[in-house]
Amino acid sequence: MSEATVYEWKPVKGFALSGLFWGAVSIVIGLFISIQLWMPELNFPPFLTYGRLRAVHINGLAFGFAVAEIFALSYYMVQRLTKRPLMFPKLAMVQLYIFNVAIVAAALSLLMGYTQSKEYAELEWPLDIGVVILWVMFAVVIFATIIKRKEEQMYISLWYMIATIIAVAVLYIINNLSIPVGLFKSYSIFAGVNDANVEWWYGHNAVGFVFTTPILAIFYYYLPKSTGLPIYSHRLSIVAFWSLIFAYLWTGAHHLVYTPLPDWIQTVGIAFTIFMIAPSWGSVVNGYYTMGGNWDKMKTNYLTKFFILGITFYGLQTVQGPTQSLRAVSQLVHYTDWVPGHVHMGTMGWVAMTVSAAMYYTIPKIYKTEIYSVKLANVHFWLVLIGQLIFSITMWILGIQQGTMWKAISPEDGSLTYTFMESLINNYPYWKMRTVGGAIFVVGMVVFAFNIVMTSVSAGKSTQADSRPAVAGGR
Amino acid sequence: MAGTLYKKPILFTVVVTLAVLVGTIVMMVMPMFSSSMHPKLQNLKPYTALQLAGRDVYQQEGCFYCHTQTVRPLKAEVMRYGEYSKAGEFAYDQPFLWGSKRTGPDLARVGGKYTDKWHYKHFNDPRKLFTGSDMPSYGWLADINLKPAEIEAHMQGLGFPFTKEEIEALADKTKLDALVAYMQTLGAAVPRKPKPPMIAKGDKNPLLGDAAAIAEGKKIYEMNCAACHGVDLKGDIGPDLTDKEWIYTQSPIGDDTLFFLIADGSKKDQEFEGRKAKGGMPSWGEFFGKKKIWSAIAYIRSKEEK
Repeated sequence: MSEATVYEWKPVKGFALSGLFWGAVSIVIGLFISIQLWMPELNFPPFLTYGRLRAVHINGLAFGFAVAEIFALSYYMVQRLTKRPLMFPKLAMVQLYIFNVAIVAAALSLLMGYTQSKEYAELEWPLDIGVVILWVMFAVVIFATIIKRKEEQMYISLWYMIATIIAVAVLYIINNLSIPVGLFKSYSIFAGVNDANVEWWYGHNAVGFVFTTPILAIFYYYLPKSTGLPIYSHRLSIVAFWSLIFAYLWTGAHHLVYTPLPDWIQTVGIAFTIFMIAPSWGSVVNGYYTMGGNWDKMKTNYLTKFFILGITFYGLQTVQGPTQSLRAVSQLVHYTDWVPGHVHMGTMGWVAMTVSAAMYYTIPKIYKTEIYSVKLANVHFWLVLIGQLIFSITMWILGIQQGTMWKAISPEDGSLTYTFMESLINNYPYWKMRTVGGAIFVVGMVVFAFNIVMTSVSAGKSTQADSRPAVAGGR
Repeated sequence: MAGTLYKKPILFTVVVTLAVLVGTIVMMVMPMFSSSMHPKLQNLKPYTALQLAGRDVYQQEGCFYCHTQTVRPLKAEVMRYGEYSKAGEFAYDQPFLWGSKRTGPDLARVGGKYTDKWHYKHFNDPRKLFTGSDMPSYGWLADINLKPAEIEAHMQGLGFPFTKEEIEALADKTKLDALVAYMQTLGAAVPRKPKPPMIAKGDKNPLLGDAAAIAEGKKIYEMNCAACHGVDLKGDIGPDLTDKEWIYTQSPIGDDTLFFLIADGSKKDQEFEGRKAKGGMPSWGEFFGKKKIWSAIAYIRSKEEK
């Protein structure tokens, strides 16, 4: 027993289940606001209007779900990869409690209308301080564990974890610099064009270092773990890693194409965005080649299809994104519903699929049991896949229609063909279709949450029944 | 040599930090010190206390999630919304509120386009003016009074000039008053360029009495004009169009004058064939083009009292 490593799973369990809860609340809110778009009577002021709930939806999923699962899975991976228990486990537990209090405070403050009104950086300054404290705690635990590691070589997933910790800290602190003018009101210290440039340098990289690098850390760890196949190329993963984290920070200006931002910043931003296809596909190709001649695992191992579909959506996302950044494409689809279609392929396809599969792998391991139901996991897979495809494809078709209607000019006398209202009325059938896709996705995620909760509950029961003293070495 | 990097976490972290800082410095930090990032139009003024309070409401209610405030330099966009956005318009915008999605129309040029009365009516029930609209109603903002002390602190925080009287006057104002005042500032710093006239003075409506044009005009009217002049043309925010009174005076009005009124809109006390306008008619010229305006006039004339 003395030689066996005793890992710290409590913070992993805590963050995994907290994230599941906040994620469930936030996707239901997402479904609700999708209905508000075609049924405005469902706006209940002051707290439950679209303008306020949209902030809760985004922040709930980015911070409440994604960041919580990143904490959970990072705390799991770091112990496995360093072959030692977590350093400062008590700090991680304190972080868990503060995290949950902070999410409640964040949700309430956004419902009250306290917002900096910068996308992905809505939370007001007292909560920003809370977020920084939580992040520092995360950094301390991860770095201390890595420094005291028992395995000399750092695996790919640890590189992505380190990059995530550093980049998010830099981005978050700078973009949230503000002048407090009340307990829950502040103004950005940046103004106008400059503020826009700072915000989208941040905004795009919030996507980069919350929805990409930590998810890649998960992908590189869990794909080999769940399939039993080693990553195809270590060298390719090195090249992809450095080029990805270097290039990401240059790309934010593609959100500001054709705005008053100086042209050179837009153009350099677009150029680096196109370049980003290379490192992104470096990871995609590495994932595909890892499967090598073992594609039968898509059928035989229920987790494989989550990871492979996840990385496929990542691959599609990282081609679609750069395409959208081109001026010729941006002029048509920017500001339309195409963009939510794009974002949701990344979050519902890549992030949710990869994180779910990693949870299916991790939860039974730390509860020392089997997954509650593989059949339900398969049901979950097909529901989220179909739901997300309906959502995204509907929005892409609509986006192109909107863009075309907005710029249509009558050949007769050169006047605009459609009023804005005509283009809005054209949205309604598509928006209803999106709600259908979203509802299917939500059912899928509820099945997932049920499966995970049942796994942990049934594990708890069997431990109670099993009252014999623990056998050395465990199972 | 390079392989040892992956065995040294601290060195590795330093290299990662440098890698993410290069793009950060070139694209975000360096431009910050360039004057091209901080331009200011000559007639751009800081927000007044009431306007800033309105901007606070705009932020609080998440209006920027559905409305942009940047007109791109694209032909159709300039026709639809007006002059494209200039970098110098936003010097007092902390934060910027350009938005990223047009669920509703762009608002960069909405200041002065409609009357205050129009805005109150629209906020109160957007579907009264546009039946297909999905915008939430914001009439409830009229029940919430502004808090002068708070807004004073906001003005001080941003360093905007204000007077004591200005702050005291806020006590009688509601959040909706403030929001409407803010709406009217949008785009105000950019002069609206006079446009070359689309028709010659004295031109007659070539489509007068044309059945197809009247049907087309009816469609245009219902989509764009009915909001202010009523579905039955009997007037509401704007005047009645069916009686013989044109701009509050009883006497016929020429087709050309009607055309200019629709194409260029009206300003307060502007003269039209010897009569003074109250102002508030938006300009539709670039938006509609010649044929649609003549069709609309054909429709209006068909409804005129004989």
